[in-house]
Parts: sequence; C-alpha cells; structure tokens
Amino acid sequence: MSQDFVRRLPGSGLVMQRKAGIGDAVHLDMSMVLLLLAISAYGLLILYSAVGQQTAPVLSQGIKILAGLGAMVVIAQIPPISYMRLAPWMFLVTLILLVMVYIFGVEVKGSRRWLRIPGVISFQPSEIMKLVLPLTLAWYFHDRHLPPRARYVFWSLVVIAIPVIMIAMQPDLGTSVIIAASGLFVLLLVGVSWWFVFSAIGLAVVSAPALWFVLRDYQRQRILALLDPERDPLGAGWNIIQSKTAIGSGGLFGKGLFEGTQSHLDFLPESQTDFIVAVLGEELGLAGVFALLVLYLLLTGRGVVLSLRAQDTFGRLLSGSIMFTFFVYVFVNMGMVSGVLPVVGVPLPLVSHGGTSILTLFAGFGILMSIHTHRRITL
Amino acid sequence: MAEPLALKDHTWETRIFFRRIVVGFGVLVVLTLFLVARFFHLQIVQHDVYATLSDKNRIQVQSLPPIRGLIYDRNGELLADNSPSFNLTITPERVDDMPQTLARLAEILELSDEKIEAFRKRLKRRQRPFESVPLRFKLSPGEIARFSVDRHALPGVEVEARLVRNYPRGELMTHAVGSVRRINESDARRLDPVAYSGTDHVGTIGVERYYESDLLGTVGYQQVEIDARGRVMKILESDLPVPGMDIVLHVDSSLQQAASDALGDRRGTLVAIEPATGGILAMVSKPGYDPNLFVTGIDHATYASLRDSPDVPLFNRALQGQYEPGSTIKPVIGLAGLVTGMTNAQYTIDDPGWFRLPNNDRLYRDWNWTTSGSGGHGQVNLEKAIYRSCNVYFYNLAVEMGIDRIGNYLALFGFGVNTALDLPEAKRGLLPTREWKEDTRGLPWYPGDTVNVSIGQGDMLVTPLQLATAVTVIANRGRWVAPRMLKSGSDLLERSTVPQMDSIELIPDRVWDLIIGAMEKVVHRGNQVYGENGTAWAYIGQDIPYRMAGKSGTSQVVAIRQGEEYSEEELDERERKHAWFVAFAPVEKPEIALAVLVENGGGGSAVAAPVARAVIDHHLLKNTAAGGRVIAATEQ
Repeated sequence: MSQDFVRRLPGSGLVMQRKAGIGDAVHLDMSMVLLLLAISAYGLLILYSAVGQQTAPVLSQGIKILAGLGAMVVIAQIPPISYMRLAPWMFLVTLILLVMVYIFGVEVKGSRRWLRIPGVISFQPSEIMKLVLPLTLAWYFHDRHLPPRARYVFWSLVVIAIPVIMIAMQPDLGTSVIIAASGLFVLLLVGVSWWFVFSAIGLAVVSAPALWFVLRDYQRQRILALLDPERDPLGAGWNIIQSKTAIGSGGLFGKGLFEGTQSHLDFLPESQTDFIVAVLGEELGLAGVFALLVLYLLLTGRGVVLSLRAQDTFGRLLSGSIMFTFFVYVFVNMGMVSGVLPVVGVPLPLVSHGGTSILTLFAGFGILMSIHTHRRITL
Repeated sequence: MAEPLALKDHTWETRIFFRRIVVGFGVLVVLTLFLVARFFHLQIVQHDVYATLSDKNRIQVQSLPPIRGLIYDRNGELLADNSPSFNLTITPERVDDMPQTLARLAEILELSDEKIEAFRKRLKRRQRPFESVPLRFKLSPGEIARFSVDRHALPGVEVEARLVRNYPRGELMTHAVGSVRRINESDARRLDPVAYSGTDHVGTIGVERYYESDLLGTVGYQQVEIDARGRVMKILESDLPVPGMDIVLHVDSSLQQAASDALGDRRGTLVAIEPATGGILAMVSKPGYDPNLFVTGIDHATYASLRDSPDVPLFNRALQGQYEPGSTIKPVIGLAGLVTGMTNAQYTIDDPGWFRLPNNDRLYRDWNWTTSGSGGHGQVNLEKAIYRSCNVYFYNLAVEMGIDRIGNYLALFGFGVNTALDLPEAKRGLLPTREWKEDTRGLPWYPGDTVNVSIGQGDMLVTPLQLATAVTVIANRGRWVAPRMLKSGSDLLERSTVPQMDSIELIPDRVWDLIIGAMEKVVHRGNQVYGENGTAWAYIGQDIPYRMAGKSGTSQVVAIRQGEEYSEEELDERERKHAWFVAFAPVEKPEIALAVLVENGGGGSAVAAPVARAVIDHHLLKNTAAGGRVIAATEQ
C-alpha cells in the first residue's frame, strides 16, 4: 500500500495527493488489481460448485476473466484525454448501433438485444453504452461552470433518456436500469442541488404507477411475483421461492462447499448466472455472503479513493460514476436473488457465468486506472 | 440577455464533489448493511423454516389442473364432460438412462416412433424441473397391468390419471359444439404456460374455442415435500384449482337428432334459429366425425382419411360452406323492390319464359322454360313471382333497381358479413358490388351481373348460417337478432367483436304482410290448376297442421371451397344442383327459422323442403322433452 495523505492547498478545497506507487509505471493501481483478482477467484470457486464441479465452464469463465484483465491493462495505458476527445463520437456510434439492433437485431427469447455480423462477431451494443454514457456526460460537463444551469441538466437528461428508453424497449430492463444509474450518478456528482435530486426521486415514485402500463406482461409478472411469490408459484414466483429456500437453508456457515441440495438438484434455475448468490448462500452461508460483500465494499471504497484523487472534472465524474454503477450491479443482483427487488436480469459482477458484461466491467476499471495513473500534476 | 461570465470555480467544484462522493459512499454502505440484514433475516432468523423445506426433503411445486367446464344443451343434456384417462408420464430427472427406459417401455406397450418424437417435443417445452411429461395417453387396462409388473425397474415412470374431454353424443354434436385437441407446438407458443400448466388440451374449434378462457378454469398448485425418490411426503400448502365455468347452449339435442335423421346419409347442412333470441337450435353438417378421436390424439391414418375424404367431414358446411343462395333470396329482393317503389303489389308482367337485356342477344331463361307448354308463368305479380319462383319477374325488377340498391338491402339482412357472435369459424360469404368486381377482376359491373344476383346466382355467396339468419329477420319482421350458440353461463358473448347489426325499421306492415304471405303460399297454396300451386305444396304442404312460410332454392354447383379434387367417376353426381329450402313457423308467432341445404340434391322443393318440414314438425309437434310448446294437431 502506498502512503496516502491529504494536503491542503492554499486557497483551494480538499485535494488528495500521494506519492507515485509501484503500479504507476504500468498505469495500474495494485490494490485494486488485487481486489479484482480476489473477487474473480472467489467467483470461480462458487461457479465451480454451481456447475456441478465441471472444469470446462470454469475454464471458459477463467479465460474470459483473463481477457478482461488484458483489456483492462491495455485501456489503462491510454491517457484519459483521448477518451474525452472521443466521447461524443463514441456516443453517436453506439446510438447508431442501438438503432441497428432495433432494425437488424437478432431476437432471442422475445427480446432483441444482439447485433450479429455472421462469422465475425456478435455483441450487445447496450453493453458498450454502459461505459459510453458516463463518458459522454463527463465530457459534456468537463468545461462547464458547475453547478450546471438548468438547461444543461435538461439536455443531459435527454442524453440519458434516449439510450435508456431504446434499451428498455428491446426489452432489457436490467441493462437500462444500470445505464440510467450510470448517467444519473454523473448528474449527482456535478452538484445538482439536493432539492432537484429529491424532487426527481419524488416524481419517479409518483409516476411509478404509470410505468406499470408500459411494462411488458412478463415484467409485470416479475414485479407481482416479488410482492407475493405465492401468487404465481408455477411461473414468475418459482425462481424467488427456490432461491430464498436455497439461501435460507444455508444458515450461518452453509451446508459446505459442493454440498448444496437445492442448486444441485436443478431446483434452482439460473444457478450459474443471475442466481449464483443462492448457491453461495446455500453452501457457504451468511459468512460466505458477508465475505463477498466485504470484498465488493473494499473494491468500491478503493475506487472512491481513486476518484477523489482525480485531477480534473472529467476524471472525477467518470471514475465516481463507474464505481457507483458497479455497486448498483451488486445491489440489484443480490436484492433480486434475496427477494427484495424484482427479477430484472442483472448478473453479479465478476462472479456470474457467461460474462458478456465481464469485458465491460474490466474496461471500466481500465478507464479508472488510466485516470488515476496519467497525472498532469505530480507532487 | 448576455451570458453571465461562467468561470469554473475549482474550489467549489472540488468541495462539492468530495461531499457528494462521501454521501454516495455513505448510502452505499447503508445499502450493503441492508443486504447483510436481508441475508441475516433469511439465513439466521428464518433459517429453521427454510432448512426444514430443504434439508432432508426437497420442496416442489406441482400444478393441479382445473376441471374443464361442462357444456349442456338447452334441456340440460350433457354435450361435453370429462372422463378419466390413464397416461404414462416420465420425470426426466429421475430417469438414469432415457434411451434404455424408452426401449424397455416399447417392449411392454405400444410405442411408435411417432409417439416418441412427440414426447421429445413435449420434453423440450417443459416449464420447470421435476415436472412429469406424458409419453402415452389412454393406456388400456392390459398395458397398465404389464407396466405394473416391470415398474420397479423403471424409476421416474408413472401412470397418472387425468380427466379428459368426452363428447357423449359423439358425431351428432360435433359441428355444433366444436372440440378440444391436445396442445401442440404452435398452441404452446401462443398459450400462457402458467394457465395451461398441467392442462393437456385446448379448445380449437367452435364453442370450445370461443369460450376457451371460461371453460378452462384456473390452475391450482400445491407445494409438496418430496423425498429423493420423488415421492410426495407432505403437502405444505395448496391452492385448489377453480373448475371452468359450465355453459348452456341454445342447441336442442333432440332437434339436432331429428335434423340429422332427416338429412340421412346425404351431404348437407341445416341451421335452425329461435327467432326470439337468435339462439341456434340445431346446426348439423353432414357428414361429420367423432370429436372424441381428436381428444386423446388421432393417429395419422385415421386423420388422413378424414382430411382427404371427398365428402370433407372436417368441414363445417353450416359456417364455412359458401354457396350460391339461389331463389331463396327472392323474398329479400322483392322486399327491396316494394320499399324502393320499383314495384308494388299490383304491378304485373307477362312472363314469356325468358328475359333479354336491351341491345343484348343473350337469353336469360326461367326455370320452367322447357317444361311449361306455354313457356313462362304467364301473368305474374310479386306474390306469384315468389310462390312460383318466377325468375323473369325478378330479372326485370333487378334491372330496374340496379345492383347498388339491391346490395344495400341484402346487406341489411346480414349478407356479406359474419354476424355470428360466438362462432369464430363462420365465413362472411360474398355480397358482390361494383367496387368488388373492379378490384378482383378489373372489370366493370354489367347489367347481366345484376340479373344473375336477382335469383341468387353468379357471384353472390352465402353460408347456410347467413341464410338462416336472414330468414330469422324476416320472421321477426325486421327485428335483428344476432345468431349465437350460448344461452347462459359466460359473459364472453357480450364481448364478441363481430359487427353489430341494426334492426330494419320503417318498413310498413303491408310490405312484410305481402312478402311473408307470399312465402306462406309457397307451402300452403295448393289444389289449383297446373302452374298455380306453391312450389313446395305438393311435397310438404298438403297435410301440414300449422302455418309455415318458406322459400325453395336450387343453385348451380360451386365446388366446395376447400381445394379438394374429386375423382372422375364422381363428377356427375357432384355436378348436380344444390337443393335449398328456407322456412319459419308458425307464421303468426315464429318459434323456429331455418335453412336447409342438400348438396347436389336437385330441386329445393322436392329434396330440401321435406327436411325442413321434418325438423319443424319435431320442434312444434313432438318436442315434449324440451318443455317447449306443443301445438296440438287438432288446432288445424
């Protein structure tokens, strides 16, 4: 750990500075890398149990994590100024990709999320938007006087709303929630007044019933299932009943690794992907869940420290938003698996199998480290 | 307004950012604690509850299929009920070696590749783990016995009793009630998987289809503890299924039987309607088929023979058959002529037996042109034109009126639209217009087309149901009643989306009196000199103990619209004309209105009228079982 200290610069607010650490040479933050490795390793262990102790899925997940780490290292080498310059163009290109999904997209299980260039690549443009939106908003506010005037706030809300609505219509409620959060965090960090924040939250709560009418039938089922899983135990309520049973039966220390009964007898659906926490809860109990939460909290905390040390508006806004968004993943996933949030299909970061989102996550950390290690002022 | 100078205030920015980040992280810690609390609640506080559910026994949710609603006729006779059937089901999770299990089962019971393939498809559609999937339906007692012997060696295979649809009257009611079939892949895609979990059948035809959502009922479930071998140890919680609603139809089984008997082995159809309500009293289409064949799965050979039969038994002629109406529409054309003032009761023509349009060589002949010595019907007014079915009178009248006015009046009687409230298969027929001919053939409307329409030939097509409905409207003197199957038991009828017709108003009583009087003479005017009797009198009118109004029709053959190819030997018989008869009775207070069609039967009065008479006789004279009115023969 490098020595952290706080220096009060004359005439300015609190700016945190520090010595150059060992990671700076390779543009990485070593404590963050260690935390990422720890969570990934823990995740692979849970996955190994969830897939019934087969090695193939664990290996493929391991390769994805390695690829993600590689991407993170590469992204960290590029100075943040390049990302800032490219931000508006990336936003435009991603929007065009989203429109293309709407037209040419491949329909899987009733929703249109994938863009497929046969034989070359297939990907979800909404994944890219998870990073591009906060990038764009950080660029937008970088040179402006803060707190921003109302009309700038208005335009940034439009910028948030366009991709969020397009993705919600695919329909992919989970991703659109994540993207909306990543944009709104930037607004929170540029210092829009609390009055504005709370009245927006109030408005959202009031207009929530109206949202009910635009939801697809299966989405309504999921919300109703949350409120009363017994209402529809054969359909939408099934997952929640089964995952609560798995978690609850785990107790304080769990049934032991690889000893879970609910998840291994196929009672628990999606036990390798979105519902993997249920496997953890059943086999390693509250202790295992708590350990994972502590790791997540440490990682987020480290990210928050990095964002406080960022030297310009762009870097601060972007790194703050990336870290808070990361936590939203954790909270939404664990909330839905434990039956306090509706099932919206958000994976548990770095742990859930099938990581289309793994690359996005590591790319985000790459940007964070790039911001942290390319410094204009070195004390 | 000039933009105020907006310099970046780095001090403010940094401070506010610091504060926001700290507040944000604080919220994040609170949320983490909330998650910890949630997991603490599940894993420590409620641990005992969930541990009991999960530890030794596993919890499972089983669906309890509802009992499908019953269908009764108007006299309370069961038309569709449910009877037990034994199915062989497999729970894949408990089967160690599926191919071996299937091979072993094939040794002890009949198991074709076709059935195995269907089983694999059902397996893929399965909703939840540990849900059993049917392999064979309707096991015989012998098969159940053989299976019981080997059962110990076949884990995961069970015999389950299920209630399945049963149609006690079989073929008799099939075209009136419709039927269910086993859910296939395309059904599975459109149906709600939860509502149909545990249900194997769905109504696909007729009343069974229209009232499906009410007949189905609501699925129940039970949460059970099962042991490792899958045996139910204890029911933890259950929510019983709600049986589907029972519905009552207007149809009268005994009248249906009478109509079926009257048609005999001929191909044909009959639709009878109660004029007061629009309720369909009988709907027969012959030949039919046994709907029970479809319930437990019909084999390919039987299905192919039904599908490929030149008699098209699967085809409901009453609703889907579209035929030229022939002379049966003359009363409506006559009514239009009277109301538009194009003719009146006194107006008389001299019928030479043929008709020619101005500047046209083509002769339009009357039906008795060759048989009548003098040729034609002589002096003909509207009344005689109806009871003698004189074509030339209507040729003249139609050319006077023009197709537009004729079309408007035919539309008032429901031609060209489907007005049946709860019969989803009913076709619309065809009411030809200028625009229709322009669009479909690219040709203008010729006066000759109008001439053809006036006697129900040419392009006009009707279904037997439409014709029966039009006769009902005449019997009601213009009051519209939409045809319907349902008498009571469901509110889906009110939500029908078919066009609602208006009653025909402002037509003077003398017009109805004239038209209905002429139709009465079709049946009752007799003992006159040659060529003066009603067309149907000789066949049905001589000993009739009540007053009936009717109209015969004989239409040239249009191939049944199902694209069937008929073999050469049969061509002659199938090119004969179709025989129509429409009627209602008693004239003073109509209780039944009907349309009969005998395919390739020949003359309407000779062939179809006796069927109509037999059915009306049954309804008015013999139908004591209905508790309906009995008109004593002494009334005459």
